[in-house]
Amino acid sequence: MDDFDFPLVINAVYLLAAVLFFLGLKQLGSPATARNGNRIAALGMLIAVMVTLLDRGILRFEIIVAGVIVGAAIGAVFARSIQMTAMPQLVAIFNGFGGAGSAVVAAAEFYRLADAGADVPIDVSVTIMLGTLVGLVTFSGSVIAFAKLQELIGGRPITFPLQKPVSAIIFLAIVALIVFLVAEADLNAYYALIAICLLLGILLVIPIGGADMPVVISLLNSYSGLAAAMAGFALGNVMLIIAGSLVGAAGLILTQIMIKAMNRSLVNVLFGAFGAQTSSVATAGTADDKVVREATAEDAAVAMAYSQTAVFVPGYGLAVARAQHQLKELGELLESRGVDVRYAIHPVAGRMPGHMNVLLAEADVPYDKLFDLDEINDRFPDTDFVIVVGANDVVNPAARDEEGSPIYGMPILEADKSRQVLVLKRSMNPGFAGLDNELFYKENTMMLFGDAQDSLVKLIAEIKEL
Amino acid sequence: MIESILLTEIFILVLAVFIGFDLIAKVPPTLHTPLMSGANAISGITILGALLVAGRDEGTVGVVLGFLAVVLATINVVGGFMVTDRMLRMFRKGPANTK
Repeated sequence: MDDFDFPLVINAVYLLAAVLFFLGLKQLGSPATARNGNRIAALGMLIAVMVTLLDRGILRFEIIVAGVIVGAAIGAVFARSIQMTAMPQLVAIFNGFGGAGSAVVAAAEFYRLADAGADVPIDVSVTIMLGTLVGLVTFSGSVIAFAKLQELIGGRPITFPLQKPVSAIIFLAIVALIVFLVAEADLNAYYALIAICLLLGILLVIPIGGADMPVVISLLNSYSGLAAAMAGFALGNVMLIIAGSLVGAAGLILTQIMIKAMNRSLVNVLFGAFGAQTSSVATAGTADDKVVREATAEDAAVAMAYSQTAVFVPGYGLAVARAQHQLKELGELLESRGVDVRYAIHPVAGRMPGHMNVLLAEADVPYDKLFDLDEINDRFPDTDFVIVVGANDVVNPAARDEEGSPIYGMPILEADKSRQVLVLKRSMNPGFAGLDNELFYKENTMMLFGDAQDSLVKLIAEIKEL
Repeated sequence: MIESILLTEIFILVLAVFIGFDLIAKVPPTLHTPLMSGANAISGITILGALLVAGRDEGTVGVVLGFLAVVLATINVVGGFMVTDRMLRMFRKGPANTK
């Protein structure tokens, strides 16, 4: 076995693993093959891990085995026990773990090279620093995103005076530290870099509000990939570079899609502190002269049961109330009465891309009943009954009609064009953007206040009695 | 020699980025969440780096960092693939193939 060429074998297997990642991601792109795609990608990961263990640099396995057992147990518990409504938090915190993992790899490499005191090629030291930076920003940013989504801290943007200048100074300090560290591998400077990178991640996410979370999570996803790619450069490991940049690109595309769906720019999402303004301005002049038509469950049930076409518009409130099963039950009940039921999903409904789709899939709603903006908007004028469940800004006509509105230009689901609308809502509190919603005052809009799950249960009971 | 290796690595990065853009741009919105958590699991590839670091026989700091890196990356990989599978298991087309 002496002339067994380990690096060659390892790289050949890496090539195979990379192909499996590509194929896996490709299959993840279609509902019919997605599950298989995920398995293919997992297989790619498994063989990449196995072949890496052949590396001659690996001298002891106890640490590895212990680490894998602990990590796999924690990961499996998380993956099995998480509620589908809490999926955004889970993805956020997993992103954070990935980023932290890459940062720790970069840090270990820094220690080793600093300890050896040898001359380090500049590209290695630069990528070690970048891996540390991106990995730690991903980590602390993800922890903040997790805390916001889990409602450990408020979902509203947190701003303080001079936030932008402070962030800018921190960024410049990081650049200066990296330049210094590349020239001289000083441990104390490296500790300072670690602290300040963590701080930057916190400052970047803390001013971003809950409804912008789909963008933030996509972006952190991209960062976690980039961090892995940087660690790959530092270690000279091609597999890390390929998979890391693949994920970096994927996260970036999703970010782009989310931003488009909100008609915003990345700069605006990251630094706009959207939703920080209070609602008093938006509602002050309008509250008196407008009337809301409050409906009873009975009225709503009658109108709904005798319509021919119905569209459900779910939003974050559905996830909060965990009402996806009741919504599906209502849908099936209506269908059994001959109503054509569809679900209209806005790309940024919920707290992460595709959040509503996962919830409805959990409730066993077939995905071919779910329709995207472009597919459903033409149908609203011919729709008898629209039920808005815990959504607000994504059906606000101001985005289409009021040029001065902060959300002007954002594509919306045009529920207001249908014949009748029922809005299930906790209270008249404005939505995330702090804007009044013209839809709620329209003559053909009924409001049913209360917890979405309770309201749906009542509606179901009423329809059954008809 | 170092420059040429670096250039090859950058080459790989750029190509992988393009493939990533291309693969993801066409994914329907209904799959965005599983796609993201699947991609997230792939970003746990950093586990390879963690293995290399943890397997070196070098001092306490190295051992601690190596262990930490392996734990973090493994959570990401195992948790990521498992939860993606759990989600995808729920997606079904209807009503043709319902029970």
